[in-house]
Amino acid sequence: MPETLVFAMEVFLNGLMAGVLYALVALGFVLIYKASGIFNYAQGVMALFSAMTLVGIMNGQVPFAHLINATFGTDLHYFGWNVPALLAILLTVVVMIGLAWAVNQIIFRHLVNQEPIILFMATIGLAYFLEGFGDIMWGADIKKLDVGLPQGINEAIDEATFQIFDYGFFIDNLDIVATIIAAALVFALIVFAQYSKQGRAMRAVADDHQAALSVGISLNFIWVMVWSLAGFVALVAGIMWGTKSGVQFSLSLIALKALPVLMLGGFTSIPGAIVGGLIIGVGEKLFEFCFGIGQCFGGFINLGGATELWFAYVLALIFLVFRPQGLFGEKIIERV
Amino acid sequence: MLDATEGYITEDGRKIGGVVMEMKNITLRFGGVVAIKDISFDIREGEIRAIIGPNGAGKSSMLNVISGFYNPQEGEVWYQGQKRPPMKPFEVAQQGIARTFQNIALFEGMTVLDNVMTGRIRQMKSGLFAQAFWKGKAEQEETKNRAFVEKIIDFLEIQHIRKTPVGRLPYGLKKRVELARALAAEPSILLLDEPMAGMNVEEKEDMSRFVLDVNDEFGTTIVLIEHDMGVVMDLSDRVVVMDYGQKIGDGSPDEVRSNQAVIDAYLGVAHE
Repeated sequence: MPETLVFAMEVFLNGLMAGVLYALVALGFVLIYKASGIFNYAQGVMALFSAMTLVGIMNGQVPFAHLINATFGTDLHYFGWNVPALLAILLTVVVMIGLAWAVNQIIFRHLVNQEPIILFMATIGLAYFLEGFGDIMWGADIKKLDVGLPQGINEAIDEATFQIFDYGFFIDNLDIVATIIAAALVFALIVFAQYSKQGRAMRAVADDHQAALSVGISLNFIWVMVWSLAGFVALVAGIMWGTKSGVQFSLSLIALKALPVLMLGGFTSIPGAIVGGLIIGVGEKLFEFCFGIGQCFGGFINLGGATELWFAYVLALIFLVFRPQGLFGEKIIERV
Repeated sequence: MLDATEGYITEDGRKIGGVVMEMKNITLRFGGVVAIKDISFDIREGEIRAIIGPNGAGKSSMLNVISGFYNPQEGEVWYQGQKRPPMKPFEVAQQGIARTFQNIALFEGMTVLDNVMTGRIRQMKSGLFAQAFWKGKAEQEETKNRAFVEKIIDFLEIQHIRKTPVGRLPYGLKKRVELARALAAEPSILLLDEPMAGMNVEEKEDMSRFVLDVNDEFGTTIVLIEHDMGVVMDLSDRVVVMDYGQKIGDGSPDEVRSNQAVIDAYLGVAHE
């Protein structure tokens, strides 16, 4: 087998796994958009905030330590205990549910029936607030997150591929775990939305508020539930990305990568978010490999690298021109 | 006058029970506009109660008061012997008052079956966690409710479109699906806002038959708003007539028909 093709296969696999993580972030967007028509710009910051909270709880950090110390002249930083990862994750989920409740109660309950652009602006405000709030609460330094997920090269795959291709693939264990968890999460969400009472109520609210009220569905309950789910998805994404590259501000920017994923997959489709994520993940890695660093067709095209920065957006732009509703989105037809 | 607790037997032999809901001196204003002015009437168990009147008489507003979409400024709503505090529409629905809308409010993206299943939300008690993990009780509940829903679907003769997304259905069938969803809640009072509006003669006949059958088969109390005088007189046991937000008549179809104020309102005699 030619060497380039073997390299390309490795790139493809790595792209798939990166795509899963993009899909995970995009999923948070889809959930909220489906149930309330809000495009939640704050999804990325929610991932950052949840990861910060998780690290803070695990390390026994005193929340608002700087604020307390500056006000009272104390010197608090740590409680001096460590919380086991699983318990800390549970506590973080509780925090995210509390956040969902507060967001609905303070902001979106009062913006029912407003223009989408106003709701969008509100989420931008929320994003900046949450970013600052997270910094005050847990400090702005880069944190290491380790909840015990396996990391580093997967030896088994390395050896197996070495036997076949005479070249060992570098696949990170973390990526494999992330893929499995994301797949399970997506499956659970689809089953929940399609077959449970609350899932049905969620779809009902997304479809028609008046009708939902008339069958006895509380809009507020569903909205809090959906924001909690989005918070949970954000936490999972935050754990994966945080473990990979540390918990820091740039984590919130993964939300920007989710945008092209949504344009490809459609804003209203859960499977769309997955497929869109995979296409972007694989697409940008392969494009970089082939044309960015000129490995295909004998270096016929060599753009000099860093195509990963823009590839996704250009692809999304092309989709916007030819298929604005995305691959799986609902086509918007107004009856006149 | 009839006693509040005792019922009566209709000409065709149906048994009508005591008062299940009573509206007492309801007044509803939108800013300076008075939509409903000091109206009182009662609804008896098992009867078909119609609210009629010309355009803009305040019929739909009245229905919205009953279903909690509007809260009146003055007056009281008594339900099952108790005064009802101001409530949100979903709370009213959970009390067993189901409704349909004049301009159809269905979940267009969902199938007929899913739409009707949402009507069962009131009966499904298992919590978020049981539902999320799909265990024993939640599953049993789903099966039981599904069976009931299938019964309703059969009853309203919409089996052939069970799996069709509602958005694709023609108008007449959508109306029927909406009725099915309301019925699925096993309501103690069913509110129908112009169930025959925009239908052709054949569809109207179908709908009338379903309304009568529902009342007959399930003993459901039905409050219905209708424009078409002929339909109303055939269907209903008692009729409230509204005009310009006021009640101008109340009684059996025959009584209402011979009421001079009602005749004037419908024939357009100038108000003095």
